[in-house]
Amino acid sequence: MSTSNITFRKTGSSIKVTPVDEVSLEARAASLATRSIKTDSKRAALHLAIRCMDLTTLEGADTPEKVASLCQKAKRPDPSNHDVPSVAAVCIYPEMVHHAVEATEGSSVKVASVAGAFPSGLSTIEARTADIADAVKRGADEIDIVLNRSAFLAGDEQRAFEEIVASKDACGKAHLKVILEVGELGSYDKIRQASMLAMTAGADFIKTSTGKISQASSLPRVLCMAEAVRDFAQQTDISVGIKAAGGIRTAKQAWHYLVVIGETLGTEWLSPEMFRIGASSLLNDVLLQLKRLDSGSYSGPDYVTVD
Amino acid sequence: MTGKIPIAKTYKLFIDGAFPRSESGRTFSVNDTEGELIANVSQASRKDFREAVRAARAAQLPWASRTAYNRGQILYRVAEMLESRKTEFVELLKSIGVNSRSATREIEDSIQRWVWYAGWSDKYSQILGSVNPVSGPYFNFTVPEPTGVVGIIAPTEPSMLGLISRLAPAIVSGNTVVVVSEGHSSLTSVTIGEVLATSDVPAGVVNILTGDQTDLLPWMVGHLDVNAIDISGISQETDLTLIEEAASNVKRVVSRQVNEESLELLSDFLEMKTVWHPIGR
Repeated sequence: MSTSNITFRKTGSSIKVTPVDEVSLEARAASLATRSIKTDSKRAALHLAIRCMDLTTLEGADTPEKVASLCQKAKRPDPSNHDVPSVAAVCIYPEMVHHAVEATEGSSVKVASVAGAFPSGLSTIEARTADIADAVKRGADEIDIVLNRSAFLAGDEQRAFEEIVASKDACGKAHLKVILEVGELGSYDKIRQASMLAMTAGADFIKTSTGKISQASSLPRVLCMAEAVRDFAQQTDISVGIKAAGGIRTAKQAWHYLVVIGETLGTEWLSPEMFRIGASSLLNDVLLQLKRLDSGSYSGPDYVTVD
Repeated sequence: MTGKIPIAKTYKLFIDGAFPRSESGRTFSVNDTEGELIANVSQASRKDFREAVRAARAAQLPWASRTAYNRGQILYRVAEMLESRKTEFVELLKSIGVNSRSATREIEDSIQRWVWYAGWSDKYSQILGSVNPVSGPYFNFTVPEPTGVVGIIAPTEPSMLGLISRLAPAIVSGNTVVVVSEGHSSLTSVTIGEVLATSDVPAGVVNILTGDQTDLLPWMVGHLDVNAIDISGISQETDLTLIEEAASNVKRVVSRQVNEESLELLSDFLEMKTVWHPIGR
């Protein structure tokens, strides 16, 4: 496969999309995952993972109380230890936004809302943009939308592109994260194309998955997206953020992602402004690892709050 | 081809229903009474111990939530599997220095003992629980519940009957265990693990580590997610001040020298929960 160009009618901009070498990509991701993190660096890595975390609850059974307690945990992940930083944001459904805004007021924790017919993205674009505008009006700082995989996979990239442009308009000042749902795209080449498409359309962040299907984020997929981000930055001078989400449950997985991002994009990306990890159960494991570092003995799930 | 290729068994750890080698890559050798090498056995590290506790914790609630009847049936199945591998165990015990007659008797006693404990699965709560008289409009019950994750220092002598006598009373009530075995008895422990793996015992209910007990003891004692430890099998030379750390999470520490079936041993790994329930019409 040779280099192709995506040209988009609306902006007239043209972006080069290089093909992906699957074997090297997976080998590179696997070798980065074997990198050992020494004890001295572990605490810094764990703190960074917390600072970059989007603490997420996206269940049909979410209640205002559950969101409020999630926000408390986001502000002070470990009530017994002041050194543990707050997470970057809480990620919730639009219906819950005003509860989260209230609960996080005065803290550094941002409110991210999924919007636009999450998780399928298959309602009319008018309904989706109205949903986005509504979430922003309720006070969301960040909006997570999904790529229209249906249009993208059917070959109608132009439509997928224009929908993201329209969504970006609807966002106003709020940050836009575009979920590619990489598990549904089928190949690394498609992930690369979708990443380029989303970034060209104005995404502030590209995000791996909704967390609603079993095939979610993986190290090679995030590496593939990180390389796309690097390419895009070289071609346009625009730095786009990355969010890995779905299936990230252990502290070890989290620092593998930090290594991949740091090695591919540089330390500039190792901050909550440029990198996020979306997770619901990861935080407790990170807290357990921190307790292990502090006390020297292994801790257990009885010693952290349940969600 | 002239001769058969000898196929020697690789003795590995038993964690979460699988038989991995130690993550440390270390092994120790076990020789027979003649001084001939029997096997290089995996030497578990603290990280293997951590993984074993994680597996035991994950398996604990599902195991305890099974009906007593079902747990009993599974334990009977283990006895059946032990029965069918009797000759293998006899050979194994002979190779580590037990004479033929004692070996046979040890296996038979072990199976009998296992079945004795299996029979208790749906009976101990009637015997140990109670309905208590209180002066108020309440029903008051005391019911036994499993302690949780139990760490067991496997007795080295007798290796088969010793471990069986500690394992059965712990798991029958819904506890899950991490066994640490050392020296010659490692071979017996791992072979018991192979029986458990083929007897419908869910993965993670029993985890067996082989290695240095004194090495792993501090990690077992200090681990906050281990609820009880059975140190009855500990060697005489062990520094017992190591056990003090068990107070950090108020671990139950059991050390009981009994050489027969005992309901006391079963109740060592139970917590009594008392419930007040208002009487209403």
